Amino acid sequence: MKFGLIFKISKTHLLARIKQSLIAALGVTFGIMMFISLMSFMTGLNAMLDNLILNRTPHIKLYNEVKVSDYQPAEMFYDTNTTQIKINSLKPRNSKQEIRNSLQIMEALRNDPKVLGIAPKVNVQAFFKSGITDINGLINGIDVKKEADLFHFGDYVVEGQVDDLIRVNNSIIMGKGLADLMLVKIGDVVQVMAANGNDLSMKVVGFYQSGFADFDKGQAFVALKTAQKLMGMPNSYISEIQVKLKDLTLAPVLAKTYAKMFEVDALDIQTANAQFETGTNIRNIISYAVSFTLLLVAGFGIYNILNMLIYEKMDDIAILKATGFSGGDVRLIFIFQAMLIGIIGGIAGLIFGFLISYGISISPFETEALPTIKTFPVNFNPLYYISGIIFALITTFLAGLLPANKAAKIDPVEIIRGK
Amino acid sequence: MSKEHLVIQAKHISKSFHDPVEIQILKEVHLQVKRSEFVSIMGKSGCGKSTLLYILSTMDTDYGGELYIDGDAMHQFEHNDLAKVRNEKIGFVFQFHYLLPEFSVLQNVMLPGLKLGKYSDEEVEHRAMEKLRILHIEDQALKRANQLSGGQKQRVAIARALINDPLIIMGDEPTGNLDSRNSDIVFDIFREISAVSGQSLLVVTHDEDFAKRTDRIIEMADGQIVEK
Repeated sequence: MKFGLIFKISKTHLLARIKQSLIAALGVTFGIMMFISLMSFMTGLNAMLDNLILNRTPHIKLYNEVKVSDYQPAEMFYDTNTTQIKINSLKPRNSKQEIRNSLQIMEALRNDPKVLGIAPKVNVQAFFKSGITDINGLINGIDVKKEADLFHFGDYVVEGQVDDLIRVNNSIIMGKGLADLMLVKIGDVVQVMAANGNDLSMKVVGFYQSGFADFDKGQAFVALKTAQKLMGMPNSYISEIQVKLKDLTLAPVLAKTYAKMFEVDALDIQTANAQFETGTNIRNIISYAVSFTLLLVAGFGIYNILNMLIYEKMDDIAILKATGFSGGDVRLIFIFQAMLIGIIGGIAGLIFGFLISYGISISPFETEALPTIKTFPVNFNPLYYISGIIFALITTFLAGLLPANKAAKIDPVEIIRGK
Repeated sequence: MSKEHLVIQAKHISKSFHDPVEIQILKEVHLQVKRSEFVSIMGKSGCGKSTLLYILSTMDTDYGGELYIDGDAMHQFEHNDLAKVRNEKIGFVFQFHYLLPEFSVLQNVMLPGLKLGKYSDEEVEHRAMEKLRILHIEDQALKRANQLSGGQKQRVAIARALINDPLIIMGDEPTGNLDSRNSDIVFDIFREISAVSGQSLLVVTHDEDFAKRTDRIIEMADGQIVEK
């Protein structure tokens, strides 16, 4: 079969109706353009929202939960098969939040090839004294360097220097909401009292803003040793180990392994943040549905135009068949026309889609809640461009197929004798 | 006479229309066309002569009986193979020219040749110019088909029918829309084709003057060939 000849006939048909052809192509362009810009923008937004949580959430958190002991001495002493044991008023054991053997555990984690990095933490429940009232809050004692490397701590410090936490003794970075509540500015000294009664004066060196106003109202950050000092504990005291893995998806399995191996509680990120994946999926479904609808409309446009063209071209189809073109050849002529419209419209759609995405990505977007974002987030993933053009080709092919089949079935005798 | 010398051999060709009532259009028609023979089919409207022509042309496949073109049994061929036969062995000239309006005169003539693919594109173009020259319209080659007069268009259609050097040219009232001067031109061209290149012609016509000058007239009435 001579595709060149068939293609030439298709091209001539399209060029003879350049206006109609362009309008049909424009429909495809519009559909693909919207698909690309919508997907790029939506997924960019999704990634940003997810990163709000994922960036600074450890993949696995090792800690000691305050809870009732798993085994009671009585259960070990008596045979539970023959003796029924009932103990009333069980209370949590007087366990410390401290992770025992924390140094050894951290050493083991550092040597684990699946682990990207770890950051130890000391959490201290504390009161911030502000005039006559005390404000309840959580002081996070952090390894400043690790926290910045693994969890982008620096991104969320909106004022002041992160490094001052290390350089300045007894320094503190306060949540923006908390600072506003207490009317403090950088350089001020705040009184902090730990739950165990120790108190300490701390110098404010920065403000922290996460994007969650409620969270910012009750958080403050200090260096690890400052938190240990506040607790009156030695340097080995660690209440939480944050683990960042090389592969996030391994977290649920590894959490169980670590919990067993180190005899601690372990929480993986998937369990802690199940709702985020749901939101992402729904936003993706909406984007696909809108784009699909647009392309469907474009497909109907192509279908219409080709259908009209075939009625106009009855004579031509009849003579082509009379002079030796088969039904398959005639079908190809019209499918090529549909595909040409799809390719040209689709490529234009990719270009315009990119331009719109680029336009969005440089538009300013500043909000109180997201201190690190200055412009709209856009995801320039080549996958959307590839699926966009494939989408366009499939739609136009299907839109062309029905009219083309009709053309292939035209009986030349009926047309020629009808004259 | 051996089969090979028969360009067309039709045996027991019958055809009926079923809608709205059963009407038999053709009844057991037998027909032969020899090489380089110029045959015309005449008859009153509705006698089935055009129907017969379209069956012989392989375009109409809904019939009973046997049809051989160049010795091959057409009634056993698939649609795609029939298209190939039409492309290679049959040339058509209709009452209406059926030129493609988007293409130039030259391209219209070339299309069946390009489809055949026996020659390179350049050769097909050269051959198309040659056919146009024979028909004295080579100066119109680059014009659009709809810029030509009726007689010129019909000559382009003849050139298109000749491009693949078919065994037989079939015509359905090829002079039906032409004045007598143009009719004469077309007849002379046909005459020349059959005499010079040995191609056969089978033409359905109402024009008695035209028919009289052909080698043989097949007279039809009520779906049957009437011996004269």
